[in-house]
Amino acid sequence: MKPYTIQLMICAGTGCVSNQSFEIKEVLEKEIKKHNLQNEAMVVTTGCNGFCGAGPIMVVQPDGIFYQYLKVTDIPYLVEEHLVKGRPVKKFMYVPPKEEIPIPRMNKIPFFSGQTLVALRNRGMIDPEFIEDYIARGGYRALAKVLTTMSPDEVLKEIKKSGLRGRGGGGFPTGVKWETCKKIPGDRKFVICNADEGDPGAFMDRSIIEGDPHSVIEGMIIGAYAIENVREGYIYVRMEYPLAIKRFNIAVQQAKDNGLLGDNIFDTNFCFDIKVRRGAGAFVCGESTALMASIMGNPGEPRAKYIHTVEKGLYDCPTCLNNVETWANIPQIVLKGADWFTGIGTGDVTHDPWGGSKGTKVFSLAGKVNNTGLVEVPMGITLREIVFNVGGGIRDGKRFKAVQTGGPSGGFIPESLVDLPVDYDELTKVGSMMGSGGMVVLDENNCMVDMAKFFLRFTQDESCGKCVPCREGTKRMYDILYRITKGEGKEEDLDLLEELSNMIVESSLCALGGSAPNPVLTSLKYFREEYLTHVRDKKCPAKVCRELLTFSIDPEKCLENGHGCGVCEKNCPDGAIYGEKKNVHFIDSMKCGKCGVCFDVCKFGAITVE
Amino acid sequence: MSSETQNKAKEISEKWDNNPENIIEMMHDIQDEYKYLPREVIESLSNESNVPVSKILNIATFYNAFSLKPKGKHKICVCMGTPCHTLGAARVAEALERELKIKMGETTPDLKYSLEETRCLSACGLAPVVVIGEDLYGPATVPNIPKLLKKYEKK
Ligand SMILES: Cc1cc2nc3c(=O)[nH]c(=O)nc-3n(C[C@H](O)[C@H](O)[C@H](O)COP(=O)(O)O)c2cc1C
Ligand code: SF4
Ligand code: SF4
Ligand code: SF4
Repeated sequence: MKPYTIQLMICAGTGCVSNQSFEIKEVLEKEIKKHNLQNEAMVVTTGCNGFCGAGPIMVVQPDGIFYQYLKVTDIPYLVEEHLVKGRPVKKFMYVPPKEEIPIPRMNKIPFFSGQTLVALRNRGMIDPEFIEDYIARGGYRALAKVLTTMSPDEVLKEIKKSGLRGRGGGGFPTGVKWETCKKIPGDRKFVICNADEGDPGAFMDRSIIEGDPHSVIEGMIIGAYAIENVREGYIYVRMEYPLAIKRFNIAVQQAKDNGLLGDNIFDTNFCFDIKVRRGAGAFVCGESTALMASIMGNPGEPRAKYIHTVEKGLYDCPTCLNNVETWANIPQIVLKGADWFTGIGTGDVTHDPWGGSKGTKVFSLAGKVNNTGLVEVPMGITLREIVFNVGGGIRDGKRFKAVQTGGPSGGFIPESLVDLPVDYDELTKVGSMMGSGGMVVLDENNCMVDMAKFFLRFTQDESCGKCVPCREGTKRMYDILYRITKGEGKEEDLDLLEELSNMIVESSLCALGGSAPNPVLTSLKYFREEYLTHVRDKKCPAKVCRELLTFSIDPEKCLENGHGCGVCEKNCPDGAIYGEKKNVHFIDSMKCGKCGVCFDVCKFGAITVE
Repeated sequence: MSSETQNKAKEISEKWDNNPENIIEMMHDIQDEYKYLPREVIESLSNESNVPVSKILNIATFYNAFSLKPKGKHKICVCMGTPCHTLGAARVAEALERELKIKMGETTPDLKYSLEETRCLSACGLAPVVVIGEDLYGPATVPNIPKLLKKYEKK
């Protein structure tokens, strides 16, 4: 690709940037010059590698040597050893949990080797701010193929055949959506890319845009061509993603400069352009009608969808809305063919577009798992493989408790279902949903009542307030959960929660309300005992709900391990801790405000929580 | 009305073709410039873009991105995403409240700090995450909070 013999691919995704990857780049370049290697070695900033918990990350190509947790001060040594003396540096390499021997090569690390890259095929391989890098890796070849050798109908047929389903949550068959939009008469139609990514704990779409914005643009152009009469496209990006917004804007400009957007693309009579719009911090704007209201400069309130947005969407014109990852899949399907795509995944989509889940799905794996980050896996892989193989298991040797998928609209999947194959239909069957791909792993120290309360607080905050069941119902549910975590719950509350849930599901206007009770329903279904312990025994087994806890000091540990160091006393905001220096300390439970600070600051594990 | 705010409003409105449909983008630019939406700028913007003040206020209160009140010099945001929550964001938030002696959503009387919860920042690999101004920190721990704040004491 480039005449350099060595490329240092340094990750410049949001996580690594916050850990100074740009400063590292500067020092790298300085050191390379110092050793007079500037003609052999080149530093490339790439998009997110996905291994965000171990940042900043650098991969040395062509050998694929993987370095993690780099610091600016490590760089002179690393350059000297690896680039000058040719000795890769073990101490910056990845070591699997509980093992001692490092794995030098990226493609041998289970986190990476367990993945199948389609939407993320360019991750860590290109500089997202250079269209040349994308083109060098086969970018815009699908577009060339489409515009020069395929009719719009043929493109549509291929996408339909691939069985691709929407990656934004609902899993609606993409080809069917395109076809409907195509069939509705109209000479002004739109395509939109949904990059609002509102689910807390999800960062797939951010990483795709930050790492490979052209794949989304290429997908959108192909979609516009297939649907026909589409000359305008929008991408709606969360305002919390400044880096993604910047990179997408750069990419659009470069595509324009290269004649890939604008009038007469590839010298055909096909014209298409994309505008970037920033979201404004409202979860409900991920919903199709609200998103379109927001693009038109209005508050993002959903409307009833008697008429779907494919018929009457933006400016009342037929509009096709797809998620970032959905768009990013399109060029690969066009290039490699629908049969290749249907070879990955579950079920059979030859006659029924809902008959299976094809291709891969990107998940953002986070929470109590060793390897947090972005993973792309084939549909149908089990949760166990994701959490324990790719994810490297649970942190600190704790016990796995549940996985939360689908964000505030999804649910909890308990340990007993860990062998569940992950696809649209299986997840729905157990009461959760695929959602956009957030996957938060919980361990024994997470309380399910607290988690359900967390999500209800989120949805009642984000409810747009247009309809009563969602606005008032979620508030009532939150209040009940709050009471339970304070030890004021009653057994009848559990039935009341279920009753309210069903009412909200049935009578809400949009899917925000319609799916808001899912976290409560699934936690009640799989963890009812834990609720009952809160209600009956006024105890929180996971030791999270602090009104139900008592803090005390283990005198032996305090004296023998900590020699009564007094740190807890100094830090207690309520003055509830007593003791002479070098002697055992005590907590006055009447004064203790249960803030947990003593537990955090005691380095000797002498604070016990019951 | 000062001419400076009027010019700013004019410039921003023109950048977005004076098109009322782009009002949210215009408001973003103003929020970026002033860190909140000052009343007189809203009025100028209304004149320039032909969007009624009432509608601008309606949008400003609907969306979390906008603030009608001035914020502290250093805006501190605690990420409230799910992974941050599972790893103790609430405790970090309390530690900040204790250190700054203000509650979530408030600004210190000297206008130096404001404390807010923020929607998921999608830096979940670093959870729990705290953002001060433009700087992102993670994992943030309770014992580390005083040290973190010290960095901004003199700024
Ligand atoms: C409250 C709510 C929030 C949503 N948030 C998102 C989102 O952040 N990103 C997304 O792609 N889809 C989101 N959706 C789903 C979209 O409405 C829509 O179904 C999707 O963007 C269609 O694209 P797809 O078919 O490619 O999945 C949300 C839906 C609801 C009801
Ligand atoms: S269900 Fe909730 S978010 Fe959706 S329209 Fe009704 S109030 Fe608004
Ligand atoms: S911090 Fe721990 S060891 Fe030190 S006095 Fe307190 S309980 Fe004892
Ligand atoms: S929990 Fe908080 S209030 Fe109670 S003793 Fe510990 S530090 Fe003091």
